[in-house]
Amino acid sequence: MANPRDAYGETLVELGGKYRDIVVLDADLSKSTKTILFAQKYPERFFEMGIAEANMISTAAGLASCGKIPFASSFAVFATGRVYDQIRIDVAYSRANVKIFATHGGISVGKDGASHQMIEDLTLMRVLPNMTVLAPSDATQTRRLVELMATTEGPMYARIGRANASVLYKKEDLKDLKIGKGLVIKDGSDVSIIACGTMVDQAVDAQEKLLKDGVSVRVVDMYTIKPLDEKLVIKCARETNAILTVEEHSVIGGLGGAVSEVLAENGSSTKFKRMGVQDTFCESGEPEELFEKYGLSTSHIVKTVKKLIK
Amino acid sequence: MLYRAKSGHPGGSLSAVEAIVALYFHHMKHNPKNPKDPNRDRFVLSKGHAAPTLYAALAECGYFDVKELLHLRQINCMLQGHPVCTNIPGVEASTGSLGHGLSFANGIALAGKLDKKDYRVYVMVGDGETDEGQIWEAAATASHYKLENLTALIDRNFLQIDGNTEEVLRLESVRDRWNSFGWYVLEVDGHDIEEIIDALLTASEQKNQPTMIILNTVKGKGISFMENNIDFHGVPPNEMEYKLAMKELDTVQKTLEAAL
Repeated sequence: MANPRDAYGETLVELGGKYRDIVVLDADLSKSTKTILFAQKYPERFFEMGIAEANMISTAAGLASCGKIPFASSFAVFATGRVYDQIRIDVAYSRANVKIFATHGGISVGKDGASHQMIEDLTLMRVLPNMTVLAPSDATQTRRLVELMATTEGPMYARIGRANASVLYKKEDLKDLKIGKGLVIKDGSDVSIIACGTMVDQAVDAQEKLLKDGVSVRVVDMYTIKPLDEKLVIKCARETNAILTVEEHSVIGGLGGAVSEVLAENGSSTKFKRMGVQDTFCESGEPEELFEKYGLSTSHIVKTVKKLIK
Repeated sequence: MLYRAKSGHPGGSLSAVEAIVALYFHHMKHNPKNPKDPNRDRFVLSKGHAAPTLYAALAECGYFDVKELLHLRQINCMLQGHPVCTNIPGVEASTGSLGHGLSFANGIALAGKLDKKDYRVYVMVGDGETDEGQIWEAAATASHYKLENLTALIDRNFLQIDGNTEEVLRLESVRDRWNSFGWYVLEVDGHDIEEIIDALLTASEQKNQPTMIILNTVKGKGISFMENNIDFHGVPPNEMEYKLAMKELDTVQKTLEAAL
């Protein structure tokens, strides 16, 4: 296990030494987002913005207009919904080289409750023209994607969860990682599970359980929500009998929405199901309890796959 | 421009004219032949609806052909209804949604201090625009980070769409508010170019704090029937009004030429 938030903070520190133009902004959550690691190492390039997220995003855009590479961080709720207009005009419309990196995405935030459980951010960011949307699945991938964010021009949004996560990759597995692609991490022939972020680990668990029951599952880590790897989605539709998307996010408009658009427009008749939070706010509780109640546990994935291919 | 565009915001564009002229023609270091010069002074028009005045200044400076001005707000043309930085030379920030520009200017000022550059940043906000909470987040940030390289100008014309600023959402005392946020505050006749230039120079000499210049202005300034007339916030002149306005401006021009 490793925490992707630590991976984010540590990578910022590494990149900060390499690229003098990297600056980091936070809105009074640097201890949680781990940008504090950068703040300690490069205090002159860290801007504490206080509890003023809108101001943080527009300021980041101003810094970007002078050639800086700003990473602006907060919890996913405050980094997207709260500042949608600032992101829309100052970042996306302006094609500013601003990297919005959100932690505490999804319901595994847990006990803080629905106010802090962001399940709409992927949708909100995906609908913005010019915006790249990423959801790393483990600490290793987080490191690699943060590097790619820093070295790839353009507006970007990335979200990770709060909790520790299984380490799915070794560093060398991801040396050719590209933004705009998905990764087949387990191959199989009956069903494709296309998952992102925290749910990739659950999908891999489900794959192992299903294999014992004689079901061959392909697991795709779709770490880029936008631009979506459409070719890979179509390939999955052709090569397996069913597709299941799994995300720690509303089923409306996020990964499931993006995949369903591709399938529908390509005339796919492949059986298809979106797993995620249904159209509802959740509640306080332990992450595992929430996954169980709101249908995102490994056992839910196993059940859904079996139903889908019946 | 607005008559041809058959839309736009004449009132708030006219109240901002002298300050924008003072900045672009008498004060800022900038080079229309090299709009991305890293050492240039920057101007952010946070009250993006005064775009016609900014565009006219940029065109007159030579950032683009003045003929473009006749195609404001038209399809397949460069000049959008509100400023956009991606394709209009000289425009620093995309604005139009009120309240963002001061934060954006803070970002430029922070980058300038970090890089030890001596450029200055100018930002114009509308008085009604300061209803927006983000303005006060940015006001706090500018003084917290001691952004002495930042000068803001507030177009204090006392009118916003729904009426007088003091009736819509009281702003007074504007001076005390900015003072209490840690800003150095100057107040000038916003239609007196010499006063504005003097204030800009004074602001440039400040240390350890940003400066706010309150421009006391008249919405619709210069066109008799538009002055202090809220009906011309977001409505362009009709044909008769256009002809009358042009006649008035023509008279002003002749008087000025005679004086020279």
